[in-house]
Amino acid sequence: MSSDDGNTAPAIAVHGVSKRYYIGHRARPTTLAERVVQAVRHPFAREDREALWALKNCSFDIARGDLVGIIGRNGAGKSTLLKLLSRITEPTEGEILMYGRVGALLEVGTGFHPELTGRENVYLNGTILGMRRREIAARFDEIVAFAEVERFLDTPVKHYSSGMYVRLAFAVAAHLEPEILIVDEVLAVGDSEFQRKCLGKMEEVAHAGRTVLFVSHNMQAVSTLTKRTLVLDRGACVFDGATPDGIAHYRAMQAAQADVAAAYGAPPGSTGNRVSTARVVTSEPGGVHRWGLPIRFEFELEIPEPSSTLCFSFQVIDADERSVCHLWCFERDARFRRDAGRYRLTFDVPAFRAYKGSFTIRTFLSDRRTFTEFESLSQLCPFVVTMDGIERQDYEWEDGTSTYLEDHEWTLARDGSGDAAQRGGFHA
Amino acid sequence: MTSATPLRLAPGHRNIGRELAETWQARDLLYTFADRDLRLRYRQTALGVVWVVLQPLIAAGIFTFVFGTVAHLSSEGKPYLLFTFAALAGWNFFSGILTRASGCLVGNANLVSRIFFPRLILPLSVMPAALVDFVVALGMFAVLLAVYRIAPTAALLTLPLWMLLLGAGAFGAGLVAASLMVRYRDVQYVLPVAVQLLLYASPVAYAAARVPERWHTLYYLNPLVAAIEGLRWALLGTEAPSAGAVAWSASVAALAVIAGVLVFRRMERGFADVI
Repeated sequence: MSSDDGNTAPAIAVHGVSKRYYIGHRARPTTLAERVVQAVRHPFAREDREALWALKNCSFDIARGDLVGIIGRNGAGKSTLLKLLSRITEPTEGEILMYGRVGALLEVGTGFHPELTGRENVYLNGTILGMRRREIAARFDEIVAFAEVERFLDTPVKHYSSGMYVRLAFAVAAHLEPEILIVDEVLAVGDSEFQRKCLGKMEEVAHAGRTVLFVSHNMQAVSTLTKRTLVLDRGACVFDGATPDGIAHYRAMQAAQADVAAAYGAPPGSTGNRVSTARVVTSEPGGVHRWGLPIRFEFELEIPEPSSTLCFSFQVIDADERSVCHLWCFERDARFRRDAGRYRLTFDVPAFRAYKGSFTIRTFLSDRRTFTEFESLSQLCPFVVTMDGIERQDYEWEDGTSTYLEDHEWTLARDGSGDAAQRGGFHA
Repeated sequence: MTSATPLRLAPGHRNIGRELAETWQARDLLYTFADRDLRLRYRQTALGVVWVVLQPLIAAGIFTFVFGTVAHLSSEGKPYLLFTFAALAGWNFFSGILTRASGCLVGNANLVSRIFFPRLILPLSVMPAALVDFVVALGMFAVLLAVYRIAPTAALLTLPLWMLLLGAGAFGAGLVAASLMVRYRDVQYVLPVAVQLLLYASPVAYAAARVPERWHTLYYLNPLVAAIEGLRWALLGTEAPSAGAVAWSASVAALAVIAGVLVFRRMERGFADVI
């Protein structure tokens, strides 16, 4: 938005862009033999596949130095749009014009190798992102300082904590200094301290006259960082304008679909290790849960590629996009690490203590060793927690006074009196 | 700061000038990939670099025993071990490039589907490692020459030519295999068999002269024959291949590279969607 020099030079122009994927109903032949068998069995059958428009007729222009947010539900087309802009794949229709060097951070740590040390990985990742080795050497200390991993530079990154890993990956990408920086939801991982640092870095990049595209589910981050926002829904660009209006539009869209979205089902044609369904079983019908009662989270995992370090976890996210609790299944002997198949994974919480408010689920399916993130889904299974039927004297339950309520007991005794103390408390 | 002409992304739109420039700009990436592969190859192996020397030596030893000692084949008056070791060094260079290049896209699927970089860098980056292996084998060969008290001949100067023939042929074939493997994983299973077959159809364990006259036309259709014979001539001073055979070998290698690059470029745009 730096217009002091009357700068309206374009950075990105997207004209009527569409992207079509084919999804097969029968398993797609992946070997020549299978294809031959199919051709012999059904010589006249056209290949049984269905077109899926991940993006349909999308147009917008972005000027140099703009910082633009992109929001939308899972499957709205955000990732496809970023893949097109970053040249990973080609549009089926339309035209994109990019002015200047593009740097994309679509998934943290793409191109990191677990066996290599931190130092080696900085060079590996940097050159993959398009930097010259000279440039990396010149910024090496800066990158390492930003990531705060000085002490572990010569340790293979497979021994890194996921926090260190994310910090190093973001640091490399942020110091790439592209003219157009494209950042997908990468800040969902990492602690809040570091998230702030990353957001600050992106702001700095935009201030330096470069263009930043930022995809996030974190409305807080989008609204503090950007002035303009695109909202995608089912492959179409349904809103393009001021960020507060964009967020309002998105929230309205979500509210309208809330009833339907209570349970999640993966879109047809999804592949790879993935969550195929997610469901929250609340104490009351319609996604309403009474505080302190047992709650159940059910997931169906489709695992075609088991791996010995496959991890699943999920967070319960409140309306301010904060994670209020984190539950996981990282069991060493978990069957989904050994055998391919479809699994039902159920988490039972005997007394769910999150305080009244609305919540969603964010899932993480990843491989600890290779740092591959198979899937991370946000905004799943919206549900609300109410305090209905739970009495408190004098003060009504108000929104936002806490994030959770804990069982407690109190005793009250008067100094210097031999009277028995009074007792009371609060229990789920 | 902003480049004058924007980058245009549209269905089927290609700009070969820009692609070449980008590949050149990404040459550091080539170095990084090669460096990564070399580091990883011998990390966590007990004998480390020793394997580079040991592998061809063991193979040459087996060939010497089977073809030299048991079958009593002629090695044109040279020690059989040297005779087959020289050819094996070239063969390993060829098969190393072919095998690694063919798996480079599928093996780096998580990179290809998640990030853009000039894709040609991946198959190109297998060349340095193969070259390093060859240089190490060459060192070993020099030691063997000294042990057997054999002096190299002036033919040694032609060594780069044979390396170029072997490298180009392997690279071209590797590009085709890599592109096909993205769609058809069969290539993964067919290729090792084909490579094994090619090994015995090439004069690695025996001399080309041992092949009966009436098979020669068919035999010399294999472009590797002239390249391997040439390499052995350069290293050991055995019989040189005919000019016609070398010309044929060079044409096939050139064709392989052109066909490889064309196929690769044609299929490149779909890699990320299919892989």
